[in-house]
Amino acid sequence: MSMTSQTPPSSGGQSLRQWLLSDTPTSRRQARLSALYQGWLALRQNHMAMVGLAILVVLISIALFAPLIAPHDPFVQDLANRLQPLGSEGHLLGTDSLGRDILSRLIYGARITLYIVALVALIAPVVGLLVGTISGYAGGWADVILMRITDIFLAFPRLVLALAFVAALGAGIENAVLAISLTAWPPYARMARAETLTIRSSDYISAIRLQGAGPLRIIIKHIWPLCISSLIVRVTLDMAGIILAAAGLGFLGLGAQPPSPEWGAMISEGRRFILDHWWVATMPGLAIFAVSLAFNLLGDGLRDVLDPKDSAS
Amino acid sequence: MANFATETERRPWLPLPPWARGTLVTLSSIAVTMLGLLFVTFLIGRVMPIDPVLAIVGERATEEQYNAAYRELGLDRSLAVQFFYYVSDVLRGDFGTSLLTAGDVSSDFARLFPATFELATIGILFGCILGVPLGVIAAVRRGSWIDQIARVIALVGYSMPIFWLGLMGLLLFYGILGWVGGPGRQGIFYEDMIPSVTGMILVDSLIAGDWAAFRDAFSHIVLPASLLGYYSLAYISRMTRSFMLEQLSAEYITTARVKGMSEWAVIWSHAFRNIRVQLITVIALSYANLLEGSVLTEIIFAWPGIGSYITTALLSADMNAVLGGTVVVGLVFICLNIFSDLLYKVFDPRSK
Repeated sequence: MSMTSQTPPSSGGQSLRQWLLSDTPTSRRQARLSALYQGWLALRQNHMAMVGLAILVVLISIALFAPLIAPHDPFVQDLANRLQPLGSEGHLLGTDSLGRDILSRLIYGARITLYIVALVALIAPVVGLLVGTISGYAGGWADVILMRITDIFLAFPRLVLALAFVAALGAGIENAVLAISLTAWPPYARMARAETLTIRSSDYISAIRLQGAGPLRIIIKHIWPLCISSLIVRVTLDMAGIILAAAGLGFLGLGAQPPSPEWGAMISEGRRFILDHWWVATMPGLAIFAVSLAFNLLGDGLRDVLDPKDSAS
Repeated sequence: MANFATETERRPWLPLPPWARGTLVTLSSIAVTMLGLLFVTFLIGRVMPIDPVLAIVGERATEEQYNAAYRELGLDRSLAVQFFYYVSDVLRGDFGTSLLTAGDVSSDFARLFPATFELATIGILFGCILGVPLGVIAAVRRGSWIDQIARVIALVGYSMPIFWLGLMGLLLFYGILGWVGGPGRQGIFYEDMIPSVTGMILVDSLIAGDWAAFRDAFSHIVLPASLLGYYSLAYISRMTRSFMLEQLSAEYITTARVKGMSEWAVIWSHAFRNIRVQLITVIALSYANLLEGSVLTEIIFAWPGIGSYITTALLSADMNAVLGGTVVVGLVFICLNIFSDLLYKVFDPRSK
């Protein structure tokens, strides 16, 4: 952790740890960092969540340093060496139907997966938060209309709606991201609305209102921060679903287009040789499985720390 | 989860008894949701990059032919009027003509629906029969190895791409072990041998009394259905476990135990009795989700159902079929949601 750069434990030889665990924080920053640190300590107790976090850290580093790690160019075809089995010379995970190195394609594919996940995780929760808090805070007709719209989107089966959107917008990564986001925001809106309703009538909101704060300021500065923690948990748990949806679209040929090394599209390519050359489709599937499992493990752990009331165990 | 009729009436704006008002509110919110669903599909149909006129008259049509077809489709009218016609068409069950099969989209659906229905139903049966007991045992023996196994099963289910699992299943059980039939609903030998009554081959072969055909159909459905069911198993067992944990920590359970009741009776006739309604809601929801999962599963297993119909249509830009499919699946989805909401209202006295 890079906390050392931000912390000034200057008061008399006190260690960083003591400063962070102090019961009597002297500044707002100390209180916040202390809460973060204690959350981290609680999360660290959860071994499964740590496994998930480790997988994600590895994934992010692989994506960042892909050109350094990948043994081959993921796009270079070598038809003389097509469909080489696992562990063949120079190709640890074999080659696909065009002789491209599967390991290198998986490594570059991590970038696409992270790109999709990051974009959806930026768009969907923000839209949901916006709709939910406005709906909950404004009440009345605005609430009825916004929640009806949310219900309509919730009523659609997600994958089918995403399919229809991509069909209308055209295949491609950006459109896949848009389609998945369009189907992913309603649960966040419902959650943010429920939280807003409980916060709206509390005393401190009345106090700020009496001080003359407008609705926008109240929503952004005083309601959003309280919705964030449950939102983060929900987003982390949803990540697995987002990855599976993106892979599904890729598998159907509606996400990333060839020759892009998207994992779902790679499975679809390998599907034709599944009975004779099983590894072509198996390896990308294992990668998808590992990453969504990591998000699920981390999400479970985060929920236990941040949102203990919904804890399943 | 769609939550119908959440806006409980605050003031009596209609002189009706409460049950009638409640029904009215529910019905109107269903109508609004369905209208919204149609509106979204209508919009998708309007923004798509494919020219529906060209798709009908072809590239080499004269301008006159083009304009005639343009008017025929009602595209010269305002969007509001077009939407009105669209809704009235859908209400009459008319989704237009499929470019691919050259037949009515609605009759295509009528033909394909039994296959998807058969697959999803066997899947949900599998999920319930294994998932509910697993969840109950995991809750009762909390922290034991059974609980851990249930947890792993659920985690894997939440993290595995269904189409990949299908491929792996095909590879292992069909390619290597040869235990099950391959892709498709029937072996080539049995194709079109059974008179179609319900459209569901398992039922039809039973009606015809043809045991060989039944075994063949079963060997084809068992793998896709159990893989599909695995996903509902993961969800159902998790939900059952958390519902049971909630009940088992309640005071009436302690009372029952103190009275000297057997553990079996405490679990099944006290705790489990109280989660039945919640459980049915969960099962209805995961049944709706199975429809969605069946899209990808049907492709892997070459299963001639709604899912493979929609995706084939999608890849050949057959928009009538895609939008019709979206509406039909959406309607089934909404109906299942309403059904589970109604069950809740009828069977759970607390919601009255």
